[in-house]
Amino acid sequence: MTRADEYLAWRTHLADLTEEQLEERFWELVDEIVDPLIELARTHTSPSIERSVLMRMGIDSQTANAVVSEVDKRGLLGHGAGHVVWHCSQVWKVDVRAAAAKLAAGKGWEAVEKKWGGHRAA
Amino acid sequence: MPPESPPTGHARPAVKPPGYHPVGAGPGDWASTHPLSPEEKLDLEQILADLEHYRPRRRGWTWRKRLNDQRLGPFSYRETSEPLARSVPLPAAKYFGNIDPQPDCVVTTEIASGRFEDDVRRMRMAAWHGADHIMVIRTAGQSHMDSLLEGTPEGVGGIAVTRKQVRATRKALDQIEDEVGRPINFHSYISGVAGPEMAVMFAEEGVNGAHQDPQYNVLYRNINMVRSFVDAAVAKKLMAAANMAQIDGAHNANATAREAWKVMPELLVQHAINCAYSVKAGMPKESICLSTVPPDAAPAPCVRMDLPYAVALRDLFAGYRMRAQQNTRYIESCGREATVNHVLDMLISRLTSADIQSTITPDEGRNVPWHYNNVHACNTARQTLVGLDGVRKIVKLDRQAPELKSKVRELKERAVLFLEGMLRDGGYFGAVEAGYFVDSGQYPETNDDGIFRKLDGGVGVDTVVERADDYLAPVCHHFGENHLEQAFGECGLVEGNGAPRPCELIGGCTLCNEELIPFVDELDPEDNVNVRLAQTAEMREKGLIKPEVQWAGDGFVVVTLFLPASERVAEFAALEMAKAMNLADPEVIHKQVMHPAEGTLLEVRGRLDVAIDPATLVIPEEPEELSDDEIREFVNERGLKCVAATVGNDEHSVGMREIIDIKHGGIEKYGIECVYLGTSVPVDKLLDAAIEHAADAVLLSTIISHGEIHRQNMEQIADLAAEKGVREKLLLIAGGTQVTDELAREWGMDAGFGRGTKGRHVASFMVKALQERATGAAAAGTAE
Repeated sequence: MTRADEYLAWRTHLADLTEEQLEERFWELVDEIVDPLIELARTHTSPSIERSVLMRMGIDSQTANAVVSEVDKRGLLGHGAGHVVWHCSQVWKVDVRAAAAKLAAGKGWEAVEKKWGGHRAA
Repeated sequence: MPPESPPTGHARPAVKPPGYHPVGAGPGDWASTHPLSPEEKLDLEQILADLEHYRPRRRGWTWRKRLNDQRLGPFSYRETSEPLARSVPLPAAKYFGNIDPQPDCVVTTEIASGRFEDDVRRMRMAAWHGADHIMVIRTAGQSHMDSLLEGTPEGVGGIAVTRKQVRATRKALDQIEDEVGRPINFHSYISGVAGPEMAVMFAEEGVNGAHQDPQYNVLYRNINMVRSFVDAAVAKKLMAAANMAQIDGAHNANATAREAWKVMPELLVQHAINCAYSVKAGMPKESICLSTVPPDAAPAPCVRMDLPYAVALRDLFAGYRMRAQQNTRYIESCGREATVNHVLDMLISRLTSADIQSTITPDEGRNVPWHYNNVHACNTARQTLVGLDGVRKIVKLDRQAPELKSKVRELKERAVLFLEGMLRDGGYFGAVEAGYFVDSGQYPETNDDGIFRKLDGGVGVDTVVERADDYLAPVCHHFGENHLEQAFGECGLVEGNGAPRPCELIGGCTLCNEELIPFVDELDPEDNVNVRLAQTAEMREKGLIKPEVQWAGDGFVVVTLFLPASERVAEFAALEMAKAMNLADPEVIHKQVMHPAEGTLLEVRGRLDVAIDPATLVIPEEPEELSDDEIREFVNERGLKCVAATVGNDEHSVGMREIIDIKHGGIEKYGIECVYLGTSVPVDKLLDAAIEHAADAVLLSTIISHGEIHRQNMEQIADLAAEKGVREKLLLIAGGTQVTDELAREWGMDAGFGRGTKGRHVASFMVKALQERATGAAAAGTAE
């Protein structure tokens, strides 16, 4: 849609605002736009976020890739890939790096299935 | 001509100025035990060795410490920071005691040739010219890689940003910052579909700043909107944990829009969305830098157009930081034109404010920046910012001037109308789907030429999932819902003195315990730094010298030609000439019409496949020069008189005039008395005049050299002086284009001077020779 510059017609409701009021209005509107976005982020996750969790757990990027990719394929990303690895480390009584290495090698996923189900999507 | 002075960079004392304490530097720190010597090159092998054990000395950004009143040399400054321990001052500094005032704001240069091992050398050069923010541009395409990249593959139009590349670069920068005596901020990009992972890696590796703006991904990288925003919150929280500075991506709108000056309302909106989003993700305002570029360039009346925008921006975003960038939208291949526009941009920085002044290299319109153009760009910033130091003390923007006042107001109102429109159209996602952004109309005008993106489209679409009721991330600094309580309960972790850290569940995370950070070395056996360095190993080991502009041994040179021909003819003629000069792959990188028929200026790039072994060079020793003050003092005390002429049948007078005339910086300026006899003077007349005037020296100019005339002239006057018994009393000095010191001495002179000689060289020689004679005579007297 193209539109001519209708600034003068559109601005009438702003004309009487002081500079401070105008700037306040600007930031109120910004908040109104940003709030639903940050709420979305608060309640959602992604493969990259989950890989960043595994990295912070001291797991190298290639292992993190393999684990997150499998967690995602099993539809379990929403529980947290770090959660999956941590749970296995508890069950297997090994540290999280060892647990991730085992999962990345395609082993031990029964422990994951036992807790969350989640048969591998084709 | 200006006085010559010795190279000043190396001569400056290697003393760290007070206040320089890089956090983390200390006895056990690698760079502290491996200081650089200004006389030696960076040792790339040493930097790459034992990288797996290198740890950065600090996290987080460092601002310069502003000094509101600093005296340097004869001047006082209002907007400078602590001086460097080592630097190359601006060329004109030699007139002012080689001072090198550093502006108050951080100065950025972007360095990313595709090979980090070459870039670190350029970073060192840039640091010596005032850069303390080194920005590494990512290679195109990395933003679409849905994971980290390991190793150090060669980049195209930028660097492949990997852990090894980042670690090696940071390690080199530790050495470099110690050498110049000021912390250097290292910076790259947390964007693309692997943003959170990049953020972790950067936090772990001590990267000090990064670009992070989810809108950039959406608009310019076509990454799915939902993915981009969800990822960004996690990335920003991690950046905050590492105290990194963030730069947004708003300026890309004016680098992209058809008519850049019309996107100003949108720019305000884009800045605001990223700022508000960052604060809500946990980033402090003072770490959030707005990347702002004056949208216009001359021949537009750009300063008058861009100032109201700069003012409106700073009004609305008080408390945030300003990263002033220079305009690239209208850059062409003329480095001069680009530089002038950048200076005008910095005039706006100084009339308003800038916390970071970023620079664009003047060659960006023709190629990926070259070594010396980064240095030029840093110097343009240093020169302009220091030249405009304190200008606001005497020149103020007239905020009440009707044009400024109404424009500032109008921009803010248009931005508010933009935001109202976005909300009517469904908020951020709806607005992007409706093509609100990068439209060339000045909102509410629209031209329907913006960037349209779909909520259900783009790279990484449908990859975001809702966090379940038991979502858990057992690590620190994680943004968003995290049901740690359940897990803490399972492990019996209870609140003691405050809540347990999330990573206590797993015995620590990499942000709390850096021992846990894994290092991955090269994965690609072909495309890696060791293979690349092996190709140039011989050059480095033997110290061979090849021209280069970005990579060791690349061989690139540039030839400037003026050809008296029309543009297209000149271009093809220039290519032929480059071939005749043995330049491989010649390419015209700049052409500029001087007149449609009379001529064209061209710059031609080509590769010169020549390597010089410095051991084979015969380099005469550099004569030691007296300072201007030493020469003046001697002349004041005892006086110095000389008689000068061009001898034989020789009408050349320019060279001698330049040596003598005060206007050309010649020897008269030291108070040396010169009797100039003119041209075509017979040598016996010249000698007689010297005797008559009781001169100390004879200056003999002899340009014509065919038939060895110049030799005959010299031998003749030397013989005559001996005959008349005045040889010991007179300094005989010859000069001319074909004269060398060696030849002149062989032919009976005390000294000879060739091309490139300045009055100062001749004066210095005369004073030293007379001092030596005086000392010799005194010694002889004592002996008797």
